[in-house]
Amino acid sequence: MIRIDSVTKRYPDGTVAVDRLSLEIPDRSITVLVGPSGCGKTTTLRMINRMVEPSEGTILIDGVDSRQQPVNTLRRSMGYVIQNAGLFQHRTILDNIATVPRMLGWGKEKSRSRARELMERVGLDATLAKRYPYQLSGGQQQRVGVARALAADPPVLLMDEPFSAVDPVVRKGLQDELLRIQEELGKTIVFVTHDIDEAVKLGTMVAVMRTGGKLAQFAPPAELLSRPADAFVEDFLGADRGIRRLSFFPSAGLDLLTAPIVAVDATAEQITAAGAADTPYLLVTDADGRPLGWSEPRDLTAGEITADRLLPYGRPFVAVTDSLRAALDCAVLSPTGWAVAVDTSGRATGVVPQQAIGEAIRGAHAQTAADEARDAEPDEDGKAQKVAP
Amino acid sequence: MNVLNFINSFFSDNAHWQGYDGIPTRVGEHIQYTLMALGIAAAVGLPVGLLTGHTGRGGNTLALIATSARALPSFGLMVLMFILLGLGMAPVMIPLVVLAIPPILVTTYEAMRSVDPAPVDAARGMGMAETAVLFRVELPVALPLILSGLRSAAIQIVSTATIAAYVSFGGLGRYIIDGLYQRNYEKVVGGATLVAAMALTTLGLFWAVGRLAVSPGVRRRSAGGAAG
Repeated sequence: MIRIDSVTKRYPDGTVAVDRLSLEIPDRSITVLVGPSGCGKTTTLRMINRMVEPSEGTILIDGVDSRQQPVNTLRRSMGYVIQNAGLFQHRTILDNIATVPRMLGWGKEKSRSRARELMERVGLDATLAKRYPYQLSGGQQQRVGVARALAADPPVLLMDEPFSAVDPVVRKGLQDELLRIQEELGKTIVFVTHDIDEAVKLGTMVAVMRTGGKLAQFAPPAELLSRPADAFVEDFLGADRGIRRLSFFPSAGLDLLTAPIVAVDATAEQITAAGAADTPYLLVTDADGRPLGWSEPRDLTAGEITADRLLPYGRPFVAVTDSLRAALDCAVLSPTGWAVAVDTSGRATGVVPQQAIGEAIRGAHAQTAADEARDAEPDEDGKAQKVAP
Repeated sequence: MNVLNFINSFFSDNAHWQGYDGIPTRVGEHIQYTLMALGIAAAVGLPVGLLTGHTGRGGNTLALIATSARALPSFGLMVLMFILLGLGMAPVMIPLVVLAIPPILVTTYEAMRSVDPAPVDAARGMGMAETAVLFRVELPVALPLILSGLRSAAIQIVSTATIAAYVSFGGLGRYIIDGLYQRNYEKVVGGATLVAAMALTTLGLFWAVGRLAVSPGVRRRSAGGAAG
């Protein structure tokens, strides 16, 4: 475990970057340091591998003062990923990744085969091995940066705004990839970002820092969203924190209605039966069960359902695995106000009206409140069950 | 008679290809002066440039020294050294070295300063030793610019080394000075042509070194200044 014990960083000109910060970073999980620019989050990260030396206080790694061992030994035991990757442009991708193993004295072949293994792990095509960094896209370069940091299998990974410089689509891919890798490897990751959405998505624990290098709140993301410590944190979380919080509630509890679903080749009886469900709309699916669109019951006649007369259904959500946020988003986007639930292969499994989602949200809130009342002391290790937003 | 005729008759005269005043001897001497001066200048300029560039300290002092060194006239300096030190290699080498140090020093410093700081930060963060950061991270990327500094220094030495003949040394300057003295313009033009050819050869050599020593990953990025 990494323990930051009342650490202060004061520069010769008197600026205080980090002010008596204490933080316990749990093992084998992602701890995100987030805050506005100038809040000292990067300085904090860089003090862990002593790229910046603390002015006061100590940083303990597994109970031992980080100053006990030679600085380069310390750094080699921690992967380091920075913005824009910082690849060595004169080295091939493979040799970039093999850097730390080579420094640790592994043989050339062993280092390279390890590098190849990591390329696969971070989702890089093996054909890129002999390329140079300038031949790769920003997202690919960042994957190389992550692979390079993981090369010597360090227990700790320090990541300084690693995904800030890539476009949102690529960033989402990299974030998902990081979560997947973390699932497999279980590293102790300290991740710096200024993006609260990224913090909430990736963090097991999130440390919100404020200007002047002070800790504003240290909590799991769900707790951060439900109970911000003060006005600063609330403001930093943004206006839609209520909506974002729904990411932490699974949609499993939603009551899916299957009656208002009819296949495009439905018989007259089936249509009558579906209409009897007494819903304002019926969801029409193709022969395979994939949603096509909404129709009013009285517009439906057996054998005459034409796809072009249907109302669009927006974007469906995946039942159970998606969150209430995704379900609500579908209902809001749907012109009928009904959300369409599908299974992982895209077949409709049911429909939900907005009101039902609203009730589910109220239910989830009540449940959380009850849980919190039960364990009066917030449990630091009580990792919120996170589901895809 | 035009210059081409001079060149033709100078190079077709068999007598110019042998003996102590033959082309091979003079070219050899010229190469010797050039390598010696370039070697000394590089031995001073490269380490100082690499170190100041790596640490980022002393840039202003360097610029000052380089500017003043550039202001010194090579010929005047050589005559002065000749008077002070007497006959010897030193009066010839000093002005050539003084001439060559500024381009090497300044471009090496600039080359090191212009290295992208991100990979350097990444290297340190990975626990790379400081000397390894300099030689394995910064130097390979700075190499094209450093080579261009060495190249301009070498070319300046090649053309300036002709002054050695004024203080009774050899080299290609011999032809020019003797030719002028003897009003043998064939010799003057021949000598000048050889100096020009040597300068071009130097250019070609640095290009080749650049192709071999600079990583393809770097060559592509700094397309303009790359490859010597």
